[in-house]
Amino acid sequence: MEHDDSKGAVKAYEPSSGLAVSIDDPVQNPGLPPHHPRITDVDPKAAKRAERTIYTLFYVSVAASLWAVAAYMLFPIEDMEFISIRRNNLFIGLGIALALLAIGIGAIHWSKTLMSDKEYVEERHTTRGSDETRAAVVESFRTANEESGFGRRKMIRNSLFAALVASIIPGITLFRGLAPHDAENSPVDLLKQTMWKKGEYLTRDPSGTRIRASDVTLGSAFHVIPESLAGMPHEEGMLNEKAKAMVLMVRMRPEQLIEREERKDWSYDGIVAYSKVCTHVGCPVALYEQHTHHLLCPCHQSQFDVTDEAKVIFGPASRPLPQLPIAVDDEGYLIAQSDFTEPVGPSFWEIH
Amino acid sequence: MSTATEEKKAPLGGRFVGATANYLDERTSLSGLVKALGRKVFPDHWSFMLGEIALWSFVVVLISGTFLTFFFQASMVETHYTGAYAPMRGIPMSVAMESTLHISFDLRGGLLVRQLHHWAALTFVAGIGVHMLRVFFTGAFRKPRELNWVVGFVLFVLAMAEGFTGYSLPDDVLSGNGLRIIDGMLKAVPVAGPWISYLLFGGEFPGDAIVGRLYTLHILILPLIVIALIAVHLVLMIVNKHTQFAGPGRTNKNVVGYPMMPVYMSKMGGFFFIVFGALVLIASLVQINPIWGYGPYDPSPVSAGTQPDWYIGFADGALRLAPPHLDFTIFGKVYPMGVLIPLIVLVVFIILVAIYPFIEAWVTGDKREHHIAQRPRNAATRTAIGAAGVWFYAILWAAASSDLIATHFRLTMEGVIHALQFLLIGGTVFVYFLTKRICIALQKKDREIVLHGYESGRIVRLPGGEYQEVHKPVNEYERWKLVADETFEPLVPRPNDQGKIKGRFRASVSRWFFEDRLQPVTNAEYQAALEHQKHALHEHGDGEHAEIESDDSKH
Repeated sequence: MEHDDSKGAVKAYEPSSGLAVSIDDPVQNPGLPPHHPRITDVDPKAAKRAERTIYTLFYVSVAASLWAVAAYMLFPIEDMEFISIRRNNLFIGLGIALALLAIGIGAIHWSKTLMSDKEYVEERHTTRGSDETRAAVVESFRTANEESGFGRRKMIRNSLFAALVASIIPGITLFRGLAPHDAENSPVDLLKQTMWKKGEYLTRDPSGTRIRASDVTLGSAFHVIPESLAGMPHEEGMLNEKAKAMVLMVRMRPEQLIEREERKDWSYDGIVAYSKVCTHVGCPVALYEQHTHHLLCPCHQSQFDVTDEAKVIFGPASRPLPQLPIAVDDEGYLIAQSDFTEPVGPSFWEIH
Repeated sequence: MSTATEEKKAPLGGRFVGATANYLDERTSLSGLVKALGRKVFPDHWSFMLGEIALWSFVVVLISGTFLTFFFQASMVETHYTGAYAPMRGIPMSVAMESTLHISFDLRGGLLVRQLHHWAALTFVAGIGVHMLRVFFTGAFRKPRELNWVVGFVLFVLAMAEGFTGYSLPDDVLSGNGLRIIDGMLKAVPVAGPWISYLLFGGEFPGDAIVGRLYTLHILILPLIVIALIAVHLVLMIVNKHTQFAGPGRTNKNVVGYPMMPVYMSKMGGFFFIVFGALVLIASLVQINPIWGYGPYDPSPVSAGTQPDWYIGFADGALRLAPPHLDFTIFGKVYPMGVLIPLIVLVVFIILVAIYPFIEAWVTGDKREHHIAQRPRNAATRTAIGAAGVWFYAILWAAASSDLIATHFRLTMEGVIHALQFLLIGGTVFVYFLTKRICIALQKKDREIVLHGYESGRIVRLPGGEYQEVHKPVNEYERWKLVADETFEPLVPRPNDQGKIKGRFRASVSRWFFEDRLQPVTNAEYQAALEHQKHALHEHGDGEHAEIESDDSKH
């Protein structure tokens, strides 16, 4: 596009039409069509009717507003009944809605039937300022530059820029305080550990009752949390821990399980426990399909095969769900052998 | 201000109004502004109302939201619910959730305002969306309005951010799961992922800070920017004057329409009340976001088939359609492509939307001002690009409901995902070509109507026994709407002074953009067609029908 960009400033005053083709012989614009009067312009009865409609609407609005206030008093909710809340919501709402709609419809009806529908023509001007204005602006910048020496005194100018940029940095630094300083654990360390440890009891979510291996029947699925999580108050970070430590436990016939040699002792008699945190973006993988032994994440439909180390068989997740090694104590209650051996939840940069 | 004789007459509106106006003007010189804007002319078209839906919904959001702030408490401190809703009594939850339940069940009209706020927010984003489509498909983003397009685009993104931060405030299961997904996406960001999440949540997810932080964003900084940008958007609209559709008497150098006072004051003001009233009507009849059915946030439970608010659907759908097993590791660092691919696709998509006016300006090299809104068919390639973009967005959006599609239509989950993945790519390409062909066909139809008239539906039998449909000419005002367009031709690269050919790439883009086109009707063609029609009338000798008639066979 040599022809319009680079031929200097003079050209810029006449905007290029680019690739547009102007026809030598265009069809002529016929000009504004004749004005057709509306029925309300010619028939005084129709105008009167429109007027009546409009003020009736406005008075209806007044009545509806009063109704809304009345409904506020007529439909109390203090009896704590669900139906009262519904009525309160419905009748106040209908009153306000009618009050507002009547104003709106009335006003628009007014403008369409009674206000003049004569069209006006206004000229457009190019958006750019006039040449004189622009020259005056350039002149004022030039004078300001001369009087301040902004362009001439380069050291002052550049040091000012440096100072301004530097002055932002302390402000940004303050935002480090968004999260606590933790000398022992970096965010990455925190992601790599959960509450599970050797001997931690597997308990039901949310009651915290221990689970006997014999209670876990074939085909059942248990939502499991560590025993020390149950009863932990929120302010001690219960939800933070639960978001990492939650586990889904199922039992199958031992021969259905495909297990690596080194993981043979991570399950107990066909009972396997996997992290319930999806390795995609962290939703709870809570839907267990009993006859296929698939776990489904309801958020983005990743599917994991519980018989085969919870490997991903469909969907956007990439890593298998981490397995929690389990065992039973002397009384037959299920316990953890250790923490997870890899981070749970979504993949991140330093996961390995 | 006035002479002694005039003072005896009461000023317009009475002495009090006159005195007040004088008082204000002597201190503010307000009269200049009213003079400039009071009778300013705006063109009329139903599609110019779409942006108003967004504007007025936002006003409703502000009003209802302010009411809610008087009662909502953005705290994640644990409390035990004791309010009116019996099934939740005694359950531990955050103060944020409890105060939301309080608004819903213990405050007369509170549920109404909460639902109004949510519905208005959904309408706000939807209003911006359809308004953007109108501006895109009519080419109203062309010079001098490119910057206002960008302002509007930023408003669209901010509206979604407002929506998402608001959605997260009640601290119920759904909002918590939404945040969990954001957390997972942030963690996937290379280099800084875990740190970004750690800083945002003030520690580990979910922590006890996020609701308070989102609240500050939601009610302070985001609305502030939205209001400022709306002001810029409207001022630029006034400076540029509104576009108008081609029509008789309407040119690129004028605006034809009704004055601000009184017509648009009444129409726009009235429309505010209609939008407000319609939203209140919906809020009083249709339940939205019943958090009492979901319960307080807990990372463990989840229900199948939950959906985000509609405007987040496309992002959620993108996550679902990501191809699996593409994660890779470089120097021990993991790139979770299951998250990064959708993120990149979304970012590229919205950036293309934002910069489209500049791309098209570069391709056409057109530096004139454009104030006539084009009919979509007359810009076939742009319309095809837009339709393909809409399709792409719509498939991502549909994918957010892939599980519901599967259960409702008894399909397999995998089948739905694979079909949507195919439709996302293949469908987008197909829609592009289909739309372009439809546009060109419609252009041909317009040309046909201009030159040969429209099909009147009246069948006549000719002396030879042949049946024909009579074509009638459209009147000149209607016809002008069909011919008032310009055309573009592809750029041809030419050698410069050194004999080098530059701009081959731009030329090929330009060829792709403009190769398929129709030449506009010239006056000579048009006059010849009129002659034909008169001629046809004579030959027809149809005394019963005095008006000019024509039929195709005579041409």
